Amino acid sequence: MLQDKDRIFTNLYGDQPWNLAGAQKRGIWDNTKALLDKGADSIIGEIKESGLRGRGGAGFPTGLKWSFMPKESDGRPSYLVVNADESEPGTCKDREIMRNDPHRLLEGCLVAGFSMKAQAAYIYIRGEFVMEARILQAAIEEAYEAGLIGKNACGSGYDYDIVLHRGAGAYICGEETALIESLEGKKGQPRLKPPFPAAVGLYGCPSTVNNVESIAVTPEILRRGASWFAGLGRPNNTGTKLFCVSGHVNTPCNVEEEMGIPLKELIEKHCGGVRDGWDNLLAIIPGGSSVPMLPKSVCDDVLMDFDSLKAVQSGLGTAAVIVMDKSTDIVEAIANLAHFYMHESCGQCTPCREGTGWMYRVLTRMVRGQASIAEIDQLHEVTKQVEGHTICALGDAAAWPIQGLIRHFRPEMERRILEYRKQAA
Amino acid sequence: MSGAAGPAADQPDSFEFEADVWAQAEKIIARYPEGRQQSAVMPLLDLAQRQHGWLPKAAIRCVADKLGMPFIRAYEVATFYTMYNLEPVGKFHLQLCRTTPCWLRGADELRKAIKDKTGLSHAGVSDDGQFSLVEVECLGACCNAPMIQINDDFYEDLDYESCSTLLDRLAADDVPTPGPVNGRRFSEPAEGRKTLLDRVEGAS
Repeated sequence: MLQDKDRIFTNLYGDQPWNLAGAQKRGIWDNTKALLDKGADSIIGEIKESGLRGRGGAGFPTGLKWSFMPKESDGRPSYLVVNADESEPGTCKDREIMRNDPHRLLEGCLVAGFSMKAQAAYIYIRGEFVMEARILQAAIEEAYEAGLIGKNACGSGYDYDIVLHRGAGAYICGEETALIESLEGKKGQPRLKPPFPAAVGLYGCPSTVNNVESIAVTPEILRRGASWFAGLGRPNNTGTKLFCVSGHVNTPCNVEEEMGIPLKELIEKHCGGVRDGWDNLLAIIPGGSSVPMLPKSVCDDVLMDFDSLKAVQSGLGTAAVIVMDKSTDIVEAIANLAHFYMHESCGQCTPCREGTGWMYRVLTRMVRGQASIAEIDQLHEVTKQVEGHTICALGDAAAWPIQGLIRHFRPEMERRILEYRKQAA
Repeated sequence: MSGAAGPAADQPDSFEFEADVWAQAEKIIARYPEGRQQSAVMPLLDLAQRQHGWLPKAAIRCVADKLGMPFIRAYEVATFYTMYNLEPVGKFHLQLCRTTPCWLRGADELRKAIKDKTGLSHAGVSDDGQFSLVEVECLGACCNAPMIQINDDFYEDLDYESCSTLLDRLAADDVPTPGPVNGRRFSEPAEGRKTLLDRVEGAS
């Protein structure tokens, strides 16, 4: 188990005050100027060396992403955009950072923004997080008041603003270019890439979009050194990670653990185990609703990191672990997610707009078994037609849970169809 | 596309920001770079909705005019995002999370409690105007499932009983403290916590 001394999110459960005084007791904003004095290249170098990979789902190396930003301005300002539109089903970690440790995020915004020569950070928080937005806004005002951000931030001679922007209810705004559109005051519909945000992002200016957790961990990495972070976890899957465990466990919770912790250990140590014991486990979605589920046989010994989960045809995603025991109607669980994607499709691309609805309707029939065996193959074929044929990854995200269902629970789907036929006959 | 209900049939003729609300709006507009005032459309629509109780077309038009953008662009925004209520809502607007993590832990039970207590079974406003209901997708509180958002606040770790009690209190205009109803702290494990034990305030 990760030792408390190696935890970054020391106020994950709000045991201490979130405010500036409380944050400073936790070491946040402690001589931040010294971090900035390392220089932009050195900061980016150290983040690269730490092996930090994006915590928002895709797992792209954070330092590398920062290095795509222009070194010299062509006259346009650069921006850091923080993705706090946390809406992936199962995921509720960034919320804890924002309401219990907002200064950790703000200090990260300054350090990250400085390293990419940004003049401001825009934090896009999902609209439903009203209380979290109030706390974060109050923390921003505290930081301005104390001279930590704003003109001559932390006495570094560098001017830096942080703006909080509230969304209004749209999962798609967690997609980076949809988020930028929304920040500009439009419908949140993703943009075609290229150009990538690092070239043409917010207001047509170079921008980098990072997840809350990715940004919040960076000052601690710089303070303790890249080798400390890289020494946790496994090669290419380094550091600590916030895991959100929900569903059929005895004590669902958020917890910070080392990357690569065995899934079973995570659940048994921190979440009181699966309801009625490990043997009562049916399946687990290991990384938020968008990744394919794993049957119990895989859950027994899989490790929780990017490469291990990819090797079993799933993914770490946001590290949101949704546990389902044997009482679960597995087809309905996935039909429920299909409804989610249908509702959240922005409607821009035909395969996603039409496909998500079609897949939901077929799955709804399959919950009752009111389908033919051939339709399982047809459903699989449609997921393949949606996957990879849309501007953004929502199409993929809608397809993968269904592919996971068919891959691991086809016999159950067939059983229901035969059962339904028998009753109808 | 997110499927908000269509605009209400009965629309007020005009809308104006109250002075103190407009003062807040001006502060928000000033946060965005010169020439990018359109960025303030979402927060301003939110302010308008808070002032009026819901978002009539006249308010959308007012926001568009204030920001120098065409009405249709502001209207697109108002209809795209689910949090803009284009129809009147109840005094207590219940947003029931229906997505898998809440569903696994008994969102259906909460739906039943809501129906038993308010008579609302899917979407709509109760006869006395005290409650309105809408089923929404994941609200991002999955470790505290199942939950409901009521106006601005999250009520978490609910079941049929506690949800019924909550609704009884709201019916009497008694608003309980938001958060987990079972007394747990944020999203820590309800028992058997193994981390950050020395951080609890007051601990040595």
